[in-house]
Amino acid sequence: MKRIIPIVVLTLLCISCADNERTSAAAPPGPADQVLITSAGASFPYPIYSKWFDQYHRMFPQININYQSIGSGGGIRQVMEGTVDFGASDGPMTDDQLKQAKIKILHFPTVLGAVVPVYNIPGVTQEINFTPEVLAGIFLGKITKWSDPELKKANPAVNLPDKNIVVIHRSDGSGTTYVWVDYLSKISPEWKSKVGVNTSVNWPVGLGGKNNEGVAGLVKQTPNSLGYVELIYAIQNKMSYGKVRNSEGTFVKADLASVTAAAAATVKTMPADFRVSITNSPGKDAYPISSFTWLLIPSKIQDQTKKKVIKDFLQWMLTDGQNMVEALSYAKLPKEVVAMEQKALASIE
Amino acid sequence: MITRRTRRKVTNFVMFTLTGVCTLVAVAVLFFILGYLLWQGGHALNWNFFTKLPVPVGETGGGFANAILGTAKLLLLAAVIGIPIGFLGGVYLAEFGGTTTSFIVRYTTDLLNGVPSIVIGIFAYAVVVVPMGHYSTFAGGIALGVMMIPVTVRSTEEFLRAVPNTLREGALALGATKWKSVATVVVPAALPGITTGILLALARVAGETAPLIFTAFGNAFWSPGWNQPTESLPYMIWKYATGPYEDWHQQAWAAGLVLLSLVLATNIAARFILRRQVGTNRG
Amino acid sequence: MDSPSTVAGRMGARSRARAFRQRLQHGDQIAHLITLIFAATIIVITALLFYELYTSAAPTREKFGWRFLTGTTWDPVALDFGALPFIYGTLVTSALALIIGVPLGVGAAIFLAELAPLRLSAGLAFIIELLAAVPSVIYGLLAIFTLVPFLREYVTPLLGEIAGFIPLFQGVSYGVSLLAGGSILAIMILPFIISISREVLLAVPRDQREASLALGATRWETAWNVVVPYAKAGIIGSIFLALARALGETMAVTMVIGNDPRINLSLFAPGYSIAAVIANEFSEATSGIHISALIELGFVLFCITIVVNAAARLLILTTRRKALGA
Repeated sequence: MKRIIPIVVLTLLCISCADNERTSAAAPPGPADQVLITSAGASFPYPIYSKWFDQYHRMFPQININYQSIGSGGGIRQVMEGTVDFGASDGPMTDDQLKQAKIKILHFPTVLGAVVPVYNIPGVTQEINFTPEVLAGIFLGKITKWSDPELKKANPAVNLPDKNIVVIHRSDGSGTTYVWVDYLSKISPEWKSKVGVNTSVNWPVGLGGKNNEGVAGLVKQTPNSLGYVELIYAIQNKMSYGKVRNSEGTFVKADLASVTAAAAATVKTMPADFRVSITNSPGKDAYPISSFTWLLIPSKIQDQTKKKVIKDFLQWMLTDGQNMVEALSYAKLPKEVVAMEQKALASIE
Repeated sequence: MITRRTRRKVTNFVMFTLTGVCTLVAVAVLFFILGYLLWQGGHALNWNFFTKLPVPVGETGGGFANAILGTAKLLLLAAVIGIPIGFLGGVYLAEFGGTTTSFIVRYTTDLLNGVPSIVIGIFAYAVVVVPMGHYSTFAGGIALGVMMIPVTVRSTEEFLRAVPNTLREGALALGATKWKSVATVVVPAALPGITTGILLALARVAGETAPLIFTAFGNAFWSPGWNQPTESLPYMIWKYATGPYEDWHQQAWAAGLVLLSLVLATNIAARFILRRQVGTNRG
Repeated sequence: MDSPSTVAGRMGARSRARAFRQRLQHGDQIAHLITLIFAATIIVITALLFYELYTSAAPTREKFGWRFLTGTTWDPVALDFGALPFIYGTLVTSALALIIGVPLGVGAAIFLAELAPLRLSAGLAFIIELLAAVPSVIYGLLAIFTLVPFLREYVTPLLGEIAGFIPLFQGVSYGVSLLAGGSILAIMILPFIISISREVLLAVPRDQREASLALGATRWETAWNVVVPYAKAGIIGSIFLALARALGETMAVTMVIGNDPRINLSLFAPGYSIAAVIANEFSEATSGIHISALIELGFVLFCITIVVNAAARLLILTTRRKALGA
C-alpha cells in the first residue's frame, strides 16, 4: 500500500507534465489567444472537413476548429441545443426542427456528394444499369432475384444469375440513407407512402451494416448482394457500382462531373436558405442520387471572436477551400451557388 | 473388464484434456487478435505515431499522440473515481454490511453492470455535460469511472469473502480492531484477486468507445487540462476503422495494438508493484 | 466538550480503559461509516440513472404505454415504435453467449487452477485478461472479417444438416445473424469468467483438496466434486458479470447481428439488440419521440436486468437453503 501512493503521484506528475509540454509546444508565441471552436455532424464530408480545418489551423495556428463526425442528426441536435458552435448535416433541417431551434439556423452548402448502388455478383464484371423502378422494387422487397425481367431489360448484355438479391442497408441513422431514401421517395410513390424519408427508416427488407464501411464490408463479403454507399467508399474499396437512369432517361455513372451537373441544373430554383434536394434533378448528364452537404451556422453568434473566425472560415471555404475538394472525390459547388452563399454570409450577426 | 478405477482414471484424463482445450481456445483467440493487429497495423507504428497529431487524409507523418495522452488521462480519472468507490464498496459488503443494505448494494451493483455503455454515455451527458455546457475529459472520466465500479465491487467482495475466517479471527485475537484487521490482514490476503478485478475493470473501460462519444467528444488537437474535449484511442479506432481509406484502417489497427500494449503495461506494472504472492493453496 | 483523553486522565485507570475501548469502537464505526458512504454512492448513482432514464422516456410511455413492449414495428419515419424484436434479440444473444461461454470459461478456469503448472497458469491467465481490453470495435471488425464468413461457409451449413429439424437451425444464413452475435459475445465474456473463476478456485483452501485426494479421489474428481462446489458462489458471481456485459454490449454486436428488427426463430437469421439499436440511432435521432423511444428501450433493458438478477438471486438463495438444510 505504501508504495502505491508515490507511484500514483508520479504517474499524475508525468501526465500533467506531458500535458503542459504539449500545450506549450502547440501554441506558438503569437499575439492572439487560442480560439477553440467545436462543431459536429455529418460523417460523409468528414475527410474534407478535417482537411480544411487542419489547413486553416496551419494558416492560423491560434484557431482550433474541432469537428467530430457524430452523424447528421447529432449535428442538427447539437447545434439546436447550442452545445456546439456550428453543425453539419447531409440532409437539411426540416421546418419543424427549425422552429424548435432556439435561434435561427442558416444552411451553407459546402461540397457535393453522391450515393451509389454497390453490388457483388460473382461472375459478373460488367457495369449494371439500374432504373429507378428497379431500385425501388428491390428495396421494397418486390424484386427479389437478379434475373428479374426488369433488370434483364435494362441490362440485355449482362448474364445475370438467377439468385436472390441480398439487400444491404444502413443500420445506423445517416445522411447517406437520407439521400438514398429521398431519391426513392421521389421516384416511387409506393416508397414514399410505405417507408418515407428520414435518416433512419423502417426497411422492408435487408440486412443492416453499421456505417458506410459496414455496408461496403457486408457487400464485399456477401455474394449476390446490393447496397448503397457514398461514392468515396465505393472508389476507395474498389467496388463495382452501377449506373442509374436519371430523369432525362440517360444511364449515368456517378463521378465528379455528373454530380456537379446535378447541382448546376438546380441553381435556377435554389431557395434563399439553400435547403434543397437535388436528387433526381433535371439535366441530361446529371447523376440522380447526388446531394449537397451543409454546415449549420447559427444566425446570431454571441462571441465576437468566434463569429469572425466562422465568417472568415466560410469565406475561405467558398474560395480556396473549394480547390481542395476534388482531390478527395468530392464535387465542387457550382459558381452560382458560391456567389449566393457569399452574399448570405452577411446574414450571420 | 473395465474396472471402476480405470474408468475414473480415463474420465480424469479426458476431462482435463477437454478443459485444456477450452483454455487453448481462449488463448488462441487472443493470439489471433494480437497477430491480426500486428500484421495489419504493425508497419503503421513509427515514432510519429506516438508524438504527432493526426493529419488529414492523404498526408503522411501523422500520429495518434493526442489520443494516447487522452486515453491515459481518461483512464486515470476513471481509476480515481472507480477504484475507491468500488473497493470500499466491496469492503463494506464483505466486512461491515448488514443483510438488507448489503443486498440492496449488491443488487444495484449488478444492475449498474448491465447498463449498455452507450446509455452510461447518455447519462453522463445529461448529468455532467449539459450542466457544464460543454464536453470535457472530466465528463468522459466520470462515465468510465461509473463503468468500472461494478466489476471492482464484485471482485473485491468475492475475494475478501474467500479469505478464511481463521485469518480474521487470528487478527482479532491478537487485539486488532475490526478495521485494522481488515486493512492489515484480510485485504492483503485477498489482494491478488482484488487487483485482478480492478485491472479487469480498467482494461474493459480502456476499450470503450460509446460512453465517450457524448462526453469526451473527441478533439483533433491537444486537449490541455481536464475541462476540454479530448481524443481517445478507442474513439480514434472507431473513426478510422470505419473510414474509407486503407491507410486509416491500418492506423486503426496500429492504435488497437497500442491500446492493448498500454493495458498490458499497466497490468504488468500493477502486478509488479503489488508483488503478487502466488497462491499456495493447490495440492 | 473535553476530549475523551482529558476526561479519562481526570477519571482514573478503569475509565481510561473504557475511553480507549470507545475510541477503538469509533475507529471501527468510522470505517463502517466510510465504507457505507462509498457503497451508498453506488446506490445513488444507479438511482440517478434510473431517474434520468425514466423521465427521458416519459413521452414514449405517454404515447404507447404497454404497447411499446409488445409492438413489433420500429418505424422512425411514421414514429411507430415497438420493443419486442429488440428484447428478443438481446435475450437470445445473451443466452447464446452464456451457453457457449460458460462451459468454455469454467472449463478453462478449472484447467488453469487445478492442472496447469503455476507459472504457466499465471502467464496464461494474464494473457486472457488482456482479452478484456480489446476494444469492442476491434472485436466487431475482426468478427466481420473472420467469424461471419466462417459461420456462413462452414458452421451454419453443418448445423443445418445435423440439426435442421429444429426450427432454431433452419433457413439460409448470410453470416450476420443471431448466432454470430451470440458467438462474439461468448468470446467477449470469456476473460471475465476465466479470470475471476480461476482466482476463486485458487483461493479454495488447500486442506479441502488434500482431504479429497487422501480419500482416493482423482484430481478431476477433486476438482469437480470438491473445489468447484466450494467456489460456486464466486464462479456464479463471475457469470453474473459476464451476463451483464453480454446484455449491454454494443459495438461488436451491432456489427455482426444483421440489424434487422424482426423476430425470427432461427438462429441463422439476422436480429437486433437493444444496445445495438440505441448505439445506431441515438446520434442521428432528431425527433423528440424517437429519442425518447430509444431511451425507453434503455430503460426496458434496465428492467430486464432487474428481473434477470432477481431470478438468479432467488436461484442462489434456494440452492443455498437446500445445501444448508441437507
